[in-house]
Amino acid sequence: MPTPADSAGLAALYQERILEHYRRPRHKGALERATGVHSVKNPLCGDAVTVSVLVVNGVVADARFTGTGCSIMQASASMLMELVRERTPHEIADCALRFDAMLANGTADETLGALSALAGVAGFPARHKCAKLAWRALAGALEQSAGA
Amino acid sequence: MSAPRADFPLLAAQPSLVYLDSAATAQKPRVVIDAIRDYYETANANPHRGAYKLSGAATDAYHGARREIARFLGAADADTLIFTRGTTEAMNLLATAWGHQHVHRGDRVVVTRMEHHANFVPWQQLARDVGAEFRICELTDDGRIDMDQLRLLVTANTKVVAFGHVSNALGTINDVREIVKIAHAIGAVAFCDGAQGAPHLRVEFDALGVDAYAFSGHKMLGPMGIGGVIARRALLESTHPYQFGGDMIEFVFDGDSTWNTLPHKFEAGTPNVEGAVGLAAAVRYLDGIDMDNVRAHEVELTRYALAQLATIDGMQLFGPAAAEARSGVVSFNLSDIHPHDLSTMLDVDGVCVRAGHHCAQPLMRAIHQTATVRASFYVYNTAADVDALVASLRRAHARFHAHAG
Repeated sequence: MPTPADSAGLAALYQERILEHYRRPRHKGALERATGVHSVKNPLCGDAVTVSVLVVNGVVADARFTGTGCSIMQASASMLMELVRERTPHEIADCALRFDAMLANGTADETLGALSALAGVAGFPARHKCAKLAWRALAGALEQSAGA
Repeated sequence: MSAPRADFPLLAAQPSLVYLDSAATAQKPRVVIDAIRDYYETANANPHRGAYKLSGAATDAYHGARREIARFLGAADADTLIFTRGTTEAMNLLATAWGHQHVHRGDRVVVTRMEHHANFVPWQQLARDVGAEFRICELTDDGRIDMDQLRLLVTANTKVVAFGHVSNALGTINDVREIVKIAHAIGAVAFCDGAQGAPHLRVEFDALGVDAYAFSGHKMLGPMGIGGVIARRALLESTHPYQFGGDMIEFVFDGDSTWNTLPHKFEAGTPNVEGAVGLAAAVRYLDGIDMDNVRAHEVELTRYALAQLATIDGMQLFGPAAAEARSGVVSFNLSDIHPHDLSTMLDVDGVCVRAGHHCAQPLMRAIHQTATVRASFYVYNTAADVDALVASLRRAHARFHAHAG
C-alpha cells in the first residue's frame, strides 16, 4: 500500500536521499556527442527537462539532463541518469515498468538502485508526473538514438 | 464580516480544511446546491421548446436567472447577457465571432502581460489568422499595467484592447475606466475579462463603459459550466453568430438562415438551465452579504496575509504592496522551495493552495518564475485560515532545510 499523504508520508517523500540529489544533482548538463536528445514539459507547472544520451554498441555510455523543476523531478532525473549507464534500451524499458509499478504500489524496488527512495511518491498521486518526467524525456532520447 | 462556514456544506463537513484556492473555484453555499435540486425536482423541461406548462416553467427559470445575474452585474438590458460555459468560452466567442468580422490584416490587437491564457491565446491566434499585429502591454515592477506604454501601444489601427479586470496570478485590480478611455479615444473596443473581478468587486456594467464584460459563475459561488458575457446591444446585434444550431435561428431555408433575437442568437442548443438557476442563487447570496462587505472583508484578510507572510524568512511576494490595490490573491515563492513541493507539504496540513503558472505563462516569464504559490481568499475565509497558512509554511521551510548543509 502506498504511504498515506500525511506527516509520515511527507517524511518518506522528502527524505534526505531525495533532497540530497535535488541539491546536488548528478550528471546535470548536456552531452556534446549525443545520439539522442529529447525534451518534455509538464504543462501544469511549466517544468521542463531535457535528456541527452550517448548509445554506443547498443548500450548507454553516458546520459545527462538539464531542466528546471521541483525536488521530485530533479531527484528522479539525477538518480535515473546514474541507473541507465551500461544498460541497453531494452533493460531501461524494463526498469521504467518497474518504476511505474513502484509508484502504483508504494513498495520500494531495490533493483532500481537509488530510485527506490522515490517509493514515497506513491502516496501523492498529484506528484507522479513529476517523478516520471525525466523517464519520458529519456524514452524519447533513446527512441531517437534507435532511429539514428 | 465573513460568511458562516456552516452555509457551505463542503467546508462544514471538513472543519479542518483551509481552502485558499477560490481564485481557481469557489466553494458552493447550500442555497446554490438547493436551487439546482429544486429546479430539477419542480421545473425541469427543455426551455423554449414545448407549448406545455412545464416547458414554460423551465423557460421562466432560465430567463429569470438571466435577469437576476444581469441586475447583479449592473446591466439594465438583461438580453445583452449571453450565457456561456464561462469566461474562456466568452472570450473565444468575442475573438472568433466579433474578431474575425472586425480585425483584418494590418490592424492591431492589444492585450496585457498579466492576462490569463483565456484572454491571451484567443487574441494571439486571431491576430495570426488574419495577419494582424498582436501587441502585449508590459507591467510595472509592482505588477500593474504600464498605462504610459498602453497609451503608446493603442494606435489608430488598434481594433481591440482585451484586458483583465483583476489579475488571477497577482491580484492586481486594473483601472477599467482609464483603459476604456484609452481604447475608445481611437475608436477601438475594450473587452474586459471579469473572471476575477465579478466575484470580488461590485460590477456596474452600464457605468464601466467596457464594450463587453465576461465572467465565470463557478468563481462566484455558482456551479461550474455556467458564466457569460454582457456586451453592448449594438455590438452583439452587428456580430455574426458564434455557433449554429437550435434556438439561435429564426428561419432555416434550404440555402441560408436568419437569426433569432438577443440573447438567443448567441445561445445555440439546449441551454444550461441548472447552471443559470444555480448562479442566480449565488448572486442572491452575495447580494445578501453585500458586495461592499465582500470587498472590505477581502481587503482586511489580504492586508493581514501580506503582513504575516512578510515575516517568514526567504519570502518573495509578487504584485502590488498595498492590499487596496489587489483582490484577495497573494502570490509568492518561499526561498528555493519549488511551488509544487510547497503545495504538497501544505496539503498535508489541510491547506489548499495553487502552485503553478496560473494559466499565465507570459506573466511568469516577465517575473522570471516558472511557477508561484497562490493563496486566494473569499467570503468564507478568516484570519485563522491565514494563520494556518503561515504556520504550515514555517513547518515546510523547516522540513526542507532541516538537512541543508
